[in-house]
Amino acid sequence: MRRHLGYTLRCARRVLPAFLVALGALGVWELYVDLGGVNSALLPAPHEIATELWRNGALLWTNFAITAEEVVLGLLLALVGGFLLGVAIHLSPLLRRGIYPHAVGSQAVPIAVISPLLVFWWGFGVFPKLFVIALICFFPVVVTTVDALAAVDPEQLKLLRTFDASRWQVFRFAELPAAMPAAISGARIALAVGVIGAYIAETSTATTGPYAGLGREIVTDLNVLATARAYAAATVLFAFAVACFYALTLAERRLVPQTNPPRGARP
Amino acid sequence: MAAGTQTAEPAAGTPAPAPVPGPPAVSVEAVSRIYADSGRPDRSVRALAEVSLRAGPGEVLAVVGPSGCGKTTLLELICGLQEPDGGAVRCAPAALMPQRDLLLPWLNAVDNAALAPRIAGMRRAAARERAGALFAELGLAGFEAARPHELSGGMRQRVAFVRTLLAGKPVLCLDEPFGALDAITRAEMQSWLARALRREPRTVVLVTHDVEEAVLLADRVAVLSPRPGRVRAELAVELPRPRARTDAAVVALRERALRALGLGA
Repeated sequence: MRRHLGYTLRCARRVLPAFLVALGALGVWELYVDLGGVNSALLPAPHEIATELWRNGALLWTNFAITAEEVVLGLLLALVGGFLLGVAIHLSPLLRRGIYPHAVGSQAVPIAVISPLLVFWWGFGVFPKLFVIALICFFPVVVTTVDALAAVDPEQLKLLRTFDASRWQVFRFAELPAAMPAAISGARIALAVGVIGAYIAETSTATTGPYAGLGREIVTDLNVLATARAYAAATVLFAFAVACFYALTLAERRLVPQTNPPRGARP
Repeated sequence: MAAGTQTAEPAAGTPAPAPVPGPPAVSVEAVSRIYADSGRPDRSVRALAEVSLRAGPGEVLAVVGPSGCGKTTLLELICGLQEPDGGAVRCAPAALMPQRDLLLPWLNAVDNAALAPRIAGMRRAAARERAGALFAELGLAGFEAARPHELSGGMRQRVAFVRTLLAGKPVLCLDEPFGALDAITRAEMQSWLARALRREPRTVVLVTHDVEEAVLLADRVAVLSPRPGRVRAELAVELPRPRARTDAAVVALRERALRALGLGA
């Protein structure tokens, strides 16, 4: 009983700062709108958004499920693809010279330019959206992976050479585990961008059917001046991004329990 | 005791070795090494100048010299990590114990020590078992599961040494293995290494800037000059083991080595 209470307290202490910040911001926001600082069609008050959240629970949930699926699959694609590309670029100087500049350039491509092509290829389904999300999210993974693989202590590599390690073994025993923490940092950035990537994906590609994800929902609502509902949908996206981020932090503890010792631990 | 280790070391795998003493395990002949700065010949650095050294099978050769005299270069030549610019290096396969322990932070002590057998293709369990046996033998029992950052500097060097032993090479190249340790730990480590080498005799090239360490551990001490390194003197240390740093003979040899370094009182 007592232990349980202690655990609850510790959790509360961890969550409390973010909770207070949210509370403060919402309070200021509410006052700003209520005191007539802005038309509520431009900025709905928090209580209106909360009402919309409550009233449109089913609609938002359906759209959330669609968006969540896109985000999860798109991110998976981005993480796996980005990591593999990072490894390939690290292992092959030719690929580094041949592909890396284009990977950088890919980040500057406005999605609207390629979305008709994506729809032409893959139709109205989920694939064009996954592609857009992956395109937006893979880059931080590539960069952090490439840099981390290159940052491995050259003395360490020399030592492995005296053990007659093959290129693959150097990668497997030293480079890969050494690069994991940084690659996961890249994944974190990708996660944070993933949700907005889904918004871009949904609004820039075509869809049929009544439900098309939260991004579509937001655009539709804004067009009919249902601003509060758009904000309600945005709130769901916000919460989802935070949840994704912390889910990865939890996964990280499983994936790299060894995480490098605290810097400065060496005497 | 030194003689004992030498007879106990027939060249591994060769049937019925000839009674004549075999070829030296390490033979460095008139070796020079120049680090060239491409395009700026005036900036190239001569690390070693016509260095000749030999170590017989089972012999411990210490190389002492001032900082920057090419000691690390010498070891990398012996380990085949570099090629000489002049002269010849003939040497049985050698394993390097670098100055820094370079233990992998994500592996525990025993898995770090077992790295070389793992790379040689041994299964994890078998490699662990081999490393574990050496841990027990060399006073590291109980530290198998510790991660490197949980170990003291001295313990980390011990694990690094076991890792070097397990590389299974007849020659060990130790690059200032205790250079980063405090004086008390270093003294402990020197006796530990002497004991470890008695249990696991190998040909050793020990690079150090500590003259006393050289005299305590080695059968022979080669003194190098400042850059470019040349062999200034070679002293035979024909003293019984274990040696104490306070032995008159050890002190006298230490003085001789210091004089050869140009540091005599």
